Amino acid sequence: MSPPAASYSAPHLMRRRLRGRLFEWLALASTVVAIVVLALLLLDVLHDGLPRLSWSFLTNYPSRLAARAGIAPALVGSVALIVLTAALALPTGIAAAVWLEEYARRSWLTRVIEVNIANLAGVPSIIYGLLGLGLFVRALNLQRSLLAGALTMALLVLPIIILNTREALRAVPRSQREAAYALGATRSQVVWGVVVPAALPGIFTGIILALSRAIGETAPLIVVGAVAFIAFLPTSPLDPFTVLPIQIFNWVSRPQPAFHANAAAAILVLLVVLLSLNATAIVLRDRARRSLRW
Amino acid sequence: MLLAVLAAGCAVSDSAAAWQPSVDLTRLRGTIRLDGSSTVFPISEAYAEEFQIAARGSVRVTVGISGTGGGFKKFCHDELDIADASRPISQHEIAECRAQGIAFVELPIAFDGLSVVVSPRNTFVDCLTVSELRTMWQSSAQGVITRWSQVRPGWPDRPFRLFGPGPDSGTFDYFTDAIMGREKDSRGDYTASEDDNVLVQGIANDPYALGYFGYAYYVENQSRLRVVPIDAERGGGCVAPSPETITSGRYQPLARPLFLYAKVAALERPEVREFLRFYLAPENSELIAQTGYVPLPAWAYEAAWQRLERREVGTVFLGRAIEGVTLDDLFGRAPTLPAEP
Amino acid sequence: MITLPRPDVAAPQRLRARDLRRPPRRTLRELACELPLLLAALVSIVTTVGIIGVLAAETLAFFRLVPLGQFLTDTQWTPLFLEKHFGIVVLLSGTLLTTAIAMLVALPLGLLSAIYLSEYARPGVRRVLKPVLEILAGIPTVVYGYFALLFVTPLLQALIPGLAVFNALSAGIVMGIMILPLVSSMSEDAMAAVPRALREGAYALGATRFEVATQIVVPAALSGIVAAFILAVSRAIGETMIVAIAAGLSPTLTLNPLVPIETMTAYIVQVSQGDTPQGTLEYRTIFAVGTTLFMLTLALNIVSQWVLDRFREEYQ
Repeated sequence: MSPPAASYSAPHLMRRRLRGRLFEWLALASTVVAIVVLALLLLDVLHDGLPRLSWSFLTNYPSRLAARAGIAPALVGSVALIVLTAALALPTGIAAAVWLEEYARRSWLTRVIEVNIANLAGVPSIIYGLLGLGLFVRALNLQRSLLAGALTMALLVLPIIILNTREALRAVPRSQREAAYALGATRSQVVWGVVVPAALPGIFTGIILALSRAIGETAPLIVVGAVAFIAFLPTSPLDPFTVLPIQIFNWVSRPQPAFHANAAAAILVLLVVLLSLNATAIVLRDRARRSLRW
Repeated sequence: MLLAVLAAGCAVSDSAAAWQPSVDLTRLRGTIRLDGSSTVFPISEAYAEEFQIAARGSVRVTVGISGTGGGFKKFCHDELDIADASRPISQHEIAECRAQGIAFVELPIAFDGLSVVVSPRNTFVDCLTVSELRTMWQSSAQGVITRWSQVRPGWPDRPFRLFGPGPDSGTFDYFTDAIMGREKDSRGDYTASEDDNVLVQGIANDPYALGYFGYAYYVENQSRLRVVPIDAERGGGCVAPSPETITSGRYQPLARPLFLYAKVAALERPEVREFLRFYLAPENSELIAQTGYVPLPAWAYEAAWQRLERREVGTVFLGRAIEGVTLDDLFGRAPTLPAEP
Repeated sequence: MITLPRPDVAAPQRLRARDLRRPPRRTLRELACELPLLLAALVSIVTTVGIIGVLAAETLAFFRLVPLGQFLTDTQWTPLFLEKHFGIVVLLSGTLLTTAIAMLVALPLGLLSAIYLSEYARPGVRRVLKPVLEILAGIPTVVYGYFALLFVTPLLQALIPGLAVFNALSAGIVMGIMILPLVSSMSEDAMAAVPRALREGAYALGATRFEVATQIVVPAALSGIVAAFILAVSRAIGETMIVAIAAGLSPTLTLNPLVPIETMTAYIVQVSQGDTPQGTLEYRTIFAVGTTLFMLTLALNIVSQWVLDRFREEYQ
C-alpha cells in the first residue's frame, strides 16, 4: 500500500520519506529487542542448565549437595497439583461459562458476574495466595497441603477458563443452535449435545492455556505451601508439597553456582513441559479451525 | 525411584553407615516435622536427608525455615515435632507452650560462631570492636549512620550496605542481644532474609557490604567472603571465629550454642525417637562438621540423649544470660521450668 | 458428526410462530440441569467475596493495632523490629520505582512493535513475530527472575560500577521485557480495529506510511492503547517473583535504582516464607500490604476497562 505519486516538492517529500524509513527501522528494532532478549534468556538457561540435565536429576531428591540434588518431588508435585487443579477448575469453569453464555438472560446478576470475572482475571496472583492462606490453610484447616494449593490455583485459573470457554461457545454459529431447537430439542440437549461438542477444541485450547499458566505460578504457592526441604513424594492431597517453580526459586536463592546450574536445568524441564502443552494447544486450535466447516 | 535414592545414598559419608539403628528403620512410618532457625537448618537438613536415605524413604522428614521465633510459635501451637533454635527458648515462649500443654526437652547440638563478613574486595576492614558494631547496627543508627567513615575515622567515606537475618531469626535475636544489649534493637534499613544464602549473594561482590550470619554459611562460602575478627573489648584482642576459638570461648561475644527442642509427646512415636537417636549419635557428628558448625564432644551428645530418655523438661537458661555460654553451663545444670503462675 | 437427541414429543405438533422466537418451555428437569451451572457461575462471586473477606478481616485486625494515619505517613517500614514503624510508603516506593523502570521499557518498545506489526510488517513476517512475542508472555516469571539476577545484573554491574547485587534497575528492565508482549498485543488489537477506510483516505491524500501510522491510526486506536498502558502498569505493580529474586528484600525509601529495595509483593513473599502463625502482627501485616496492593490494581483495572468502553465508540 504505497502512497500514490504526489505533487509536493521533491526535497520535502524526501524528508518525509526519510523520516518514515527511520521510524520503520526504529519500530522493527523495538520488536527485535524483545526477540533478542528471549534468545539471550534461552541461550543463558541452556548454557547453564543443559550440562546438568540427566536422568538422575529428574529422579533425585533435593539435597544439600548440589551434585546430588534432583527435582523428583518438585516434578511429581507439579503434576499432582495440575491434575488436582484441573479436576477442580475445569467442571466449574466450563459449567459457569455455559451458564453465562447459553442460559442466562441479561440481568443485573449476569452483568455483575461478568464484571466480576473480568476483574478477577486481573488480580495479582499473590492475592490469590493470601486468599488461599486465609481461607484454605487456616480457616478450613487444610494446613499447607497439596489440596490447599490446588484449591488456590483452581480459583486463580477459573476466570481464564471461563473467558476462553465463552469465546469458544460464542464461535459456534447460531444456525447450529436454531437447527436443533427447530427439531424440538430442549435447551440442555442443544447445549450439551450440539454447542459444547462443537466448541470443544476451542475449550481445550483455553484449558491448556490456563493450566500452563498454573504450572508456572510461584508466588501464590509460596504463600500457601512452600516448605524448605522436601525429600519425599506426596502420596495424598493432604501432604506437604513443593512444585518446580518453587524448587527453582529455592535454588536461585542459594549463592553457590552449582545450585544455579540446578535451577537452570529445572527451568529447562519446566520450559519443555510448557512448550509441549502450548504446542498441543496450537495443534488443537488448528485442527478445530480446519474441521469446523460452517 | 527408591533405587535412585539408594544409589545416591551410597555416595553418602561413611559415618551414617557406622551408626546402628535400634530398630529396623524401614518398618517405621510417619512424618516428622522440623522448623525454626535458618542457622540450624543446614544441620537439620543434613540429618533429615541422611536419615531418610537410611530409612529408605519409609519415614518422611520436612524441615522449614521460619526462623527461631516463628519455629517456637508453631512448636508451642503443636504444629511441629522438633523446633530448630539458634537461641534458648524465651520466658514468653515457655509460657505459650505451657498454655498449650506442650512439654519440651532442650537439646544442645552444636556450637556456632556468629560471623561478621565482608567482601574479599573490601581492603580496609581489619577488625571490628563491639562498640563499632553497635554504632553500625543499633536502631538509632537508621538513616543517621550510613557511611564507613562514620564508623571509624580513616575508613572510606562511602555508604555501606548491610545484610543480616530478619527479625524472626534467632540469629538476629542473639546478635542484637550480644552487641546492642537489647533483643531486637536493630536498625531496619538493611537487606533482611531468613535465607542466609541470599545474604552471601549480596555481600560477596560488594566491597562496601557487611553482614552477619551463622559460622556455617561463612565456611561454606569461604572463597567468596572474608570474615572479620571481633574485639570484645575485654582484653582478648581481635579474635576470628574458628572451631578452636568457638569451643574454647575465646571468640566472644558471638559464640553460641545451637539447640533442638523436642516435643515430649512426639517422643512416644518410634520414628521420632529413632530420628533423634540418629541426630544425637556421636558417630554422626561428622555431619555437623561437614556443614561448617562446631560439633560437641561425644559425652555432650550422650548427656543430651540421657536428658531425652529421662524426659528432663525445661531449660537451663532460666534467669541466666545467654551469652558466653560454655559446655559446663549447658550440661552441668539441670533443666528447670518457671513456677506455675 | 453431530448427532441430535431424540425430541421429547409424543406426537407431532403444529409449530407456531411464537415457538420459534421464544426458548422452549422450561420443565423441572431443565431447571435442575441449570442449577449446577448457576452455582458454578456463582463460584466466581464467592472468590471475590472470599478475597475481600479474608483481606478485610485481617486488615481490620491490623488497624486495630496500628493507626491508619501512621500506616500512610510513616517513612520507615520496620514492622518486626524493636522500634516498629509501619510506613507503607516505603514498600510503595519500591513498587513504584520498579514499575516506572518497567514502563520505560515496555511502553515505548511495546507500542513501537505494535505499530510495526500492524502497519509495516509483511504477513509472513507477522506470522513469525507474533507467536514469538506470545512465547515471551508465556515464560514463568521465576525464570525471568533467574535471568535478572544471574545474567542482567552481572552485565549491568560491568557497565555501572557500584551497582548492588540486588537493585531495582535489573528487575525493572526484565519486568519491562516481560510486560512488552501485553502492551504490544493489546495495542495491536486496538489498531487492527481501526477501519481501513481511514487509512486509505489518508494514503489517498498523499500521506506516508509513517504519517498514517502516527497521525491517523494511533490516535484512532488511542483508547485501546491507553487501556493497554494502564493494564501494563497494573501488571507491573502485581508482579512478584522477578522483584523478589532480583530487587532485594531491603525496605528503603528511595528513588535510586541502583540499590536494594523491597516491593509490596516481595514483602509478602518474604514473610510468607517464614510461615507466620495466625493472629500475630506479622501475619496481619502481609494482609494489610495485600489490601493496598489489591486496591491499587483493582482501581487500575477498572480505569482501564472504563477507558476502553468510554472512548472506543467515537471511532466507529
